[in-house]
Amino acid sequence: MSVGYAILGLLENGPRHGYDLKRSYDERFGHGRALHYGQVYSTLARLLKNGLVEVESEPGEGPDRKRYAITTAGVTDMEGWLGTPEKPEPYLQSTLYTKVVLALLTGRDAADVLDGQRTEHLRLMRELTRRKTDGDLADQLICDHALFHLEADLRWLELTAARLDQLAARVR
Amino acid sequence: MQPLLTAEDVTYSFGPTHALDSASLRVYAGEVLALMGPSGSGKSTLLHCLAGILTPDSGQVTFDGRDITAMSDTARSALRRTDFGFVFQFGQLVPELSCLENVALPLRLAGVGRREAQRRSAEWLERLEVADVAGKRPGQASGGQGQRVAVARALVTRPRVIFADEPTGALDSLNGERVMQLFIAAARDTGAAVVLVTHEARVAAYSDREAVVRDGRVREQEYAR
Repeated sequence: MSVGYAILGLLENGPRHGYDLKRSYDERFGHGRALHYGQVYSTLARLLKNGLVEVESEPGEGPDRKRYAITTAGVTDMEGWLGTPEKPEPYLQSTLYTKVVLALLTGRDAADVLDGQRTEHLRLMRELTRRKTDGDLADQLICDHALFHLEADLRWLELTAARLDQLAARVR
Repeated sequence: MQPLLTAEDVTYSFGPTHALDSASLRVYAGEVLALMGPSGSGKSTLLHCLAGILTPDSGQVTFDGRDITAMSDTARSALRRTDFGFVFQFGQLVPELSCLENVALPLRLAGVGRREAQRRSAEWLERLEVADVAGKRPGQASGGQGQRVAVARALVTRPRVIFADEPTGALDSLNGERVMQLFIAAARDTGAAVVLVTHEARVAAYSDREAVVRDGRVREQEYAR
């Protein structure tokens, strides 16, 4: 996800310091992957250069006396981004599909490949389900997004398992 | 550790169709086991054999050291009443009784007095967050509420195994999630094992391990605890 747009969005409710932006970002979007300060300031520098944010300096001592504010151009840019749908991922280059075909080609048990993958997918799904059950609404939504994607993989896996004989006849 | 419930080489046919072909499975005390597999793979038939509802053509089902395939119908019914609980896709509540009376029913059949049965049932309805439907008939409750009543009914006798066949199959995602969370948390609290038949991975993710049924045979993930 674009860190730049997240920062612009966080600035829409009012000007903020860099460290404050980092803290808000980590809290809302970090999910175990916190931003580095360097990343925050390089992003802010880029936004500044493009005229999407501006700086309000505060009098006094200290390393972080700069407050950043979103500009009108920044708000327009943000609106444009929100209004543009994300390109759906087609996932056409599936390693799993390649593994299944290669297992069939080399006379190995392709069902074993699929079974092993199911176990691994379910292991991760259990972990996410536990995290979701113990978590707040943000955790639930984020984990659900991942869970629905993993579930889609598993549905493909079951369908492929049911078509292995057909696929084997075509591959060999 | 000894399993609580086992199927050994169980075979079952519906006429010329082999639903189970030498299926074996172990269920350990207190675990949540997901039985997965495509439609028609035999997973529900296996659940019915494990629960003593169907008698296998051959093979053995053992619960707590007792061969239930060799039991009389009466003994098996008694076992189902005292040690097993059931949750099906469509609640299967008695439409003429209130939700509270539905939950109390298995206790009443086990000889518990009316007042005590209703007291315990009310606690379970509370636990499953459906205390407000206690006096209503199942037809007046929503699908999600009905399934929670069905879960309360399955748990009220404190069974050692709960058999759940697509318990959220008729619910939308949000209601299904809530039913699973409450159901599994309550089952874990009572120490009951759960055999959960589902074709949905997100439901199976509430389990501790899975077994996959395909063409009447079982591929079981190792028990690791």
